Amino acid sequence: MTRPLPRAVHPAAWWGWAVGLAVAVSTTTNPLLLLLALAVTSLVVAARRGSSPWARAFRLYLWLGMAIVAVRLVLHVLVGLKVGSTLLLPLPEARLPSWAAGIQLGGDVYLEGLLGAALLGLRLAVIIACIGAANALANPKRLLRSLPSALHEVGAAVVVSVSVAPQLAESVQRVRRARQLRGDGGRGLRAVRRIALPVLEDTLERSLLLAAAMDSRGYGRSGAAPERERRLTGAVVLVGLLACAIGLYGVLDATTPALLGTPTLVVGLALSALGLWLGGRHVRTTTYRPDPWRGAEWLTLGSGVLAAAATTVVARTAPDALAMPLDPLGVPALPLVAVAGLLVAALPAVLTPEPPRPAPRVVVRGAVGVAA
Amino acid sequence: MSEHAVVLESVSVVPAGAEGPVLRDVDLVVEEGELALVVGRTGSGKSTLLGAMCGRVPHFTGGTLHGRVLVHGRDTREHRPRDLADLVGVVGQDPLAGFVTDTVEEELAYGMEQLGLPAATMRKRVEETLDVLGIPELRGAALRELSGGQQQRVAIGSVLTAHPRVILLDEPTSALDPTGAEEVLATITRLVHDLAVTVVVAEHRVERVLHYADRVVHVAVDGTVTVGAPAGVMATSDIAPPVVELGRWAGWTPLPLSVRDARRAARGLRERLATTSGSGPDDVPGPDGARDPSNNRHIRRKMDDPHPTEPSNNRHIRRKMSTATSAPSVVPVLQASGVVVRHPGDVVAVAGVDLDLHAGEVTALMGRNGSGKSSLLWALQGSGATAAGRVRVGGPTTPAVDPAALDPVERRARVGLVPQSATDLLYLDSVGAECAQADHESTVPAGTCAALLARLAPGVPADRHPRDLSEGQKLALVLAVQLTADPPVLLLDEPTRGLDPSAKAVLATTLRDLAARGRSVAVATHDVEFVAECADRVVVMAAGEVVADGPTAEVVVSSPAFAPQVAKVLAPGPWLTVDDVRSAAPGVAP
Repeated sequence: MTRPLPRAVHPAAWWGWAVGLAVAVSTTTNPLLLLLALAVTSLVVAARRGSSPWARAFRLYLWLGMAIVAVRLVLHVLVGLKVGSTLLLPLPEARLPSWAAGIQLGGDVYLEGLLGAALLGLRLAVIIACIGAANALANPKRLLRSLPSALHEVGAAVVVSVSVAPQLAESVQRVRRARQLRGDGGRGLRAVRRIALPVLEDTLERSLLLAAAMDSRGYGRSGAAPERERRLTGAVVLVGLLACAIGLYGVLDATTPALLGTPTLVVGLALSALGLWLGGRHVRTTTYRPDPWRGAEWLTLGSGVLAAAATTVVARTAPDALAMPLDPLGVPALPLVAVAGLLVAALPAVLTPEPPRPAPRVVVRGAVGVAA
Repeated sequence: MSEHAVVLESVSVVPAGAEGPVLRDVDLVVEEGELALVVGRTGSGKSTLLGAMCGRVPHFTGGTLHGRVLVHGRDTREHRPRDLADLVGVVGQDPLAGFVTDTVEEELAYGMEQLGLPAATMRKRVEETLDVLGIPELRGAALRELSGGQQQRVAIGSVLTAHPRVILLDEPTSALDPTGAEEVLATITRLVHDLAVTVVVAEHRVERVLHYADRVVHVAVDGTVTVGAPAGVMATSDIAPPVVELGRWAGWTPLPLSVRDARRAARGLRERLATTSGSGPDDVPGPDGARDPSNNRHIRRKMDDPHPTEPSNNRHIRRKMSTATSAPSVVPVLQASGVVVRHPGDVVAVAGVDLDLHAGEVTALMGRNGSGKSSLLWALQGSGATAAGRVRVGGPTTPAVDPAALDPVERRARVGLVPQSATDLLYLDSVGAECAQADHESTVPAGTCAALLARLAPGVPADRHPRDLSEGQKLALVLAVQLTADPPVLLLDEPTRGLDPSAKAVLATTLRDLAARGRSVAVATHDVEFVAECADRVVVMAAGEVVADGPTAEVVVSSPAFAPQVAKVLAPGPWLTVDDVRSAAPGVAP
């Protein structure tokens, strides 16, 4: 097999992969599987992330995960229900009135309870790492570009607001500096008004300029459907979204009649898709260099789905293997099917094309600092 | 349908909420493939005229438009700006403000995506446009990291990809340094000459575009419009570049529009000036005299002589005036040594600058964008961070202190700074309130700031909102606020941006006046004509270092980028402005 040319894998494929992994992780508290999943996401991110700023943000998600585990442990010691038999730390316990029965303030800390809390924290941390991996691997702006055409204008608005945020920070900084020139230290509530007013004015002015520029470049040029059709589209989307909501409720709540569950959800999704298609029919915008959907995308998406499927199968056949044995404390099992599923999810690290190398940075103006 | 590019038939525009029209009965035809230059004072309706041509007026701005505007046969009454997007491209003053995406390639494609062009066409046109602009190596670059000239070229490219028949540019070079402006102008002429696109460009800095124009549209303050060949309109225009003013004064026909034309017409004038100003024949050197160092030294000797035996030109008079009012200060008011400013990302903005500012002197700080001018000004004022070096401010009576060590109130009493976006300093809802606040801030008697403002810009109503003032009035207000503290040193960062020639002349007089009262003024600017008008001394910066420092004439006359037009015409003579020439040779004019 020849080496594929470097290109960015479709952002939707990465999101599918990450969601699959997150689903797999959410079924288990088995530390072996959790750590394996974390290793898989880290490996893929390290191998296939691009050069954009958000690609470097993965480590922030890891830090966030660690913080979650730590907070979970602290909370367990402070207010958690302490269970188990191996005493770790004898602590005094505060007597609480009967209405606060679910909370145990202080009290002896046992190994089993602490371990259980840590594993629940770890599970959440790994799920967050999966989302972080999707963010690092898939350029969110490119994801917006592949939205259905009915949502094109919403997508453009999101892109613009994302790029406005740094400008806003810049204005605040500029105005704060300017305030100093008038002998104003820039503290306290009064300073907020002095800074907010020029910044707001500045932002409004810029938005108007941008709106005028976008108008002159043809934004919103097509997409004027006849009145009747617009109403029909609106109704279809609304009914579709309602059905989706009811269907989701039905799926999650086991006591509702079966008809309210999956069938309603499917109908809702179909109606929403129909609405998007109807709305998008009149929009005649195109996409410059659209991301293709080829083998690598199927492989990425498939590996994520497989990981989720494998753990689901294990959950049905041998649910005990997915849990950490705490009572009595034991060695966690190693369910081969789940491990195989997670290992498959690591394949995109080697089988997808490499991300494109960034162009060598050209000489830029000196005043703007560029963190390499 | 006849194929005029743009036709305006008795167009009048009344903006929303205004009493009178901004444009009055405008009849105008722009032919295909022409470069039409729109000139006029600030607020005269140049932008409105361009807005009417692309449908922004009145669809986007509101107001009423009487008459008819046709762009290649499409009436703007029935076509909104977005419906004209395939026909008219619009480029604004601030390229960053109009960017929708964040990389060069995506920005070039954006307009085509909106028009729904097929992917293959888009790919091809992006590549072609990158070549036309000469920036293929920037394809993946982030827009915010480009230089101003590059950004403006990308902005032009981003409308060019839609293959418009008409391109409207509203002051495309006013935010750029001379080099960036040259890049953009070269691109514009390329469009006209190679691609036969119709270009309508509004520009304050007429001298940059005039010699490329096929037709000049002059918008008067009352909203009437004169259209004609460049030389014809320039003969009476209230906005004219120095070469034209020189030509008018000297009575040259045809009126020169470029330095080249004027230089050829000025042979006689140069000789007569040399004899009238009482210099020997050694003052009229060969054609390469401008670059001859011995000549510059000669000029310098003349310039630096504090008691010229014969005040042969304006500059000498000025020089004498300033030395007379304030004794030539041996100790500078502001002394900076080894100033280093670093920005995040390991960028050295100012790399060890030594600079002394003297009382009674206007110093111009020049250099391309990003050469460290602004960072240096902020460092001198003390509000900006410095990584190393020392700054001392003090007069003959006050002990020298480091302004950075003072609290903001005392700091502004020592060194005043008018930042690049001057209006950041304003936040109240009326001119009167701003003035009262300024008096309060510097604990001076009430009415000080208002009196200053009345001197700088007479007739600004106290109840007017600062946002509704003209650019010149806004600057005057900020200047008045900063002068209320009466600092011995005043620094200004790009004050001429957006000012028309008359507002610029007022500013030049104000700064000269401040210097004459013994203040020290430093101005960072790209505007060479403004420097010629008001600076005694020029400091040129490049890559954070001072590369030249000396009397204005000495530094600018020999520089291809910084020489004002009159100096180019009359080189190697020391005359920089038309006024200099007028007072040097009152009898020369025919």
